[in-house]
Amino acid sequence: MGFREALYSGKFLITAEIGPVKGTEIDVLLEDAELIKGKVDAINVTDLQSSVMRLGSMAVCHLLKDHGIDPIFQLTCRDRNRLALQSDLLSAWVLGIRNVLALTGDHPTMGDHPEAMPVFDLDSVSLLRVICRLNEGFDMGGNQLKGAPDFFPGAVVNPGADTEAAFEMQIIKMEKKIEAGARFFQTQGIFDLDLFERFMKRVEGFKTPILGGIILLKSAGMARFMNKNVAGVFVPEPLIKAMEETKDKVKTSIEIAARLIKGMKDICQGIHIMAIGMEDKVPVIMEKAGLL
Amino acid sequence: MIVAEIKPFEEIKNMIKNYQKVLIVGCGSCVTVCLTGGERQVELLASALRMARKIEGNDITVGELTIRRQCDPEFIEQIKDEAAQYDVILSMACGAGVQGIAERFKDIPVLPAMNTMFLGVSDGQGTWVEVCAACGDCILWKTGGICPVARCAKGLVNGPCGGSQGGLCEVSKDVPCAWQLIYARLVRLNLQHFLKDISQQKKQPVRPRRLVREDLRLKKEPTKGV
Repeated sequence: MGFREALYSGKFLITAEIGPVKGTEIDVLLEDAELIKGKVDAINVTDLQSSVMRLGSMAVCHLLKDHGIDPIFQLTCRDRNRLALQSDLLSAWVLGIRNVLALTGDHPTMGDHPEAMPVFDLDSVSLLRVICRLNEGFDMGGNQLKGAPDFFPGAVVNPGADTEAAFEMQIIKMEKKIEAGARFFQTQGIFDLDLFERFMKRVEGFKTPILGGIILLKSAGMARFMNKNVAGVFVPEPLIKAMEETKDKVKTSIEIAARLIKGMKDICQGIHIMAIGMEDKVPVIMEKAGLL
Repeated sequence: MIVAEIKPFEEIKNMIKNYQKVLIVGCGSCVTVCLTGGERQVELLASALRMARKIEGNDITVGELTIRRQCDPEFIEQIKDEAAQYDVILSMACGAGVQGIAERFKDIPVLPAMNTMFLGVSDGQGTWVEVCAACGDCILWKTGGICPVARCAKGLVNGPCGGSQGGLCEVSKDVPCAWQLIYARLVRLNLQHFLKDISQQKKQPVRPRRLVREDLRLKKEPTKGV
């Protein structure tokens, strides 16, 4: 069952995420993918996350497909104009890629080539429209395609936006994304279930499945770093303390993730696990969360 | 106004190192207002160059002039006799001014003393901020008078990315998120319905752009007696 079928089956959805390496060494990436295979409904492949130059999302999605995994092709507006975005979408389709996650993308100054030109010819809303237009057999210029794709488009939302204006604008933009064709949402990492529940109540009427983001903590330092530097991520003090005091960081991290996942089961329609280098721990987290 | 800053002194000195007679031309418009290329700055740069070359034992003649606008042929024409007496012109205007002068005096090298930065306004004593991208298709009527094309680092027209923290942009802790400013202004004006409209993506202008106003062009006299 592919991701789209899983979503329409009404089951609790589980996706994981893989960040391609900087270079051509893909053995570890494929080993991690094999470990998760069969346990998740899809695996996202990030598109130069944090604006760091690395192996591309499309190629890795294609490799995952060859290994029997349904990939979600993350596509940002940062590096490609509308010609390249549409062409890459067609290329992805012929390589067997069926799900696309449309993102704005971080600014190049966030990464390791800060002098790069920021493209942002389209934004995430217009990219979603373009994906739907391609599905209908036309490009953005209204020209007819010889053979059309049938992508399943998704988008992201940041429920932890930290000011009233930022939060309200996230909700407004989320509605625009649905209008533009988004069929599912994946969120930024969630650590505060009460806040997340309030967000979910607010967007209940949107009737679009939401997969709550789970980020695996590596240390108290990482949690503090994210609180300070990652927009929309807030790790509450008790969790930071637990990571600080534990003798077994991996075990505690797994317990925290499992607890959050259990809490999310009744709040949203699925989870999206961002393991950030701890992909091999995904199966045990799922087991502890009662998902296997 | 067009905001420009003066180039590092060493760079200017290096540009004119092979010349003995330099005419510095200031501009009385934008760069005078942003205190970088007006009469006073021409005077300061001229003194600094004379002194630096004197110390090197390589004396230089520096002329000083400031015209109303370097982007207007009418004003450039006024300096033609003066310009003919120099080896090189150092323009203290924006890039448009430098090119305006270069177009008029094709036999004299025209060098830029400034780096042209942006279309902006002053937002405090000694500070200027970019507010207009000269995109050619103004949407300020529906964004509360705050431009997301110029003031959002990604130029997003359909709302913010998820990268702001505490109301500030992900690219810099000194830059407010334009979309949060737009949100606050539209709420204040009770025009928040604009926030929900999906905006068309901007069309990229084809450079160089040109404006032709037929109503202002010289027309041929209609033939009389027909």
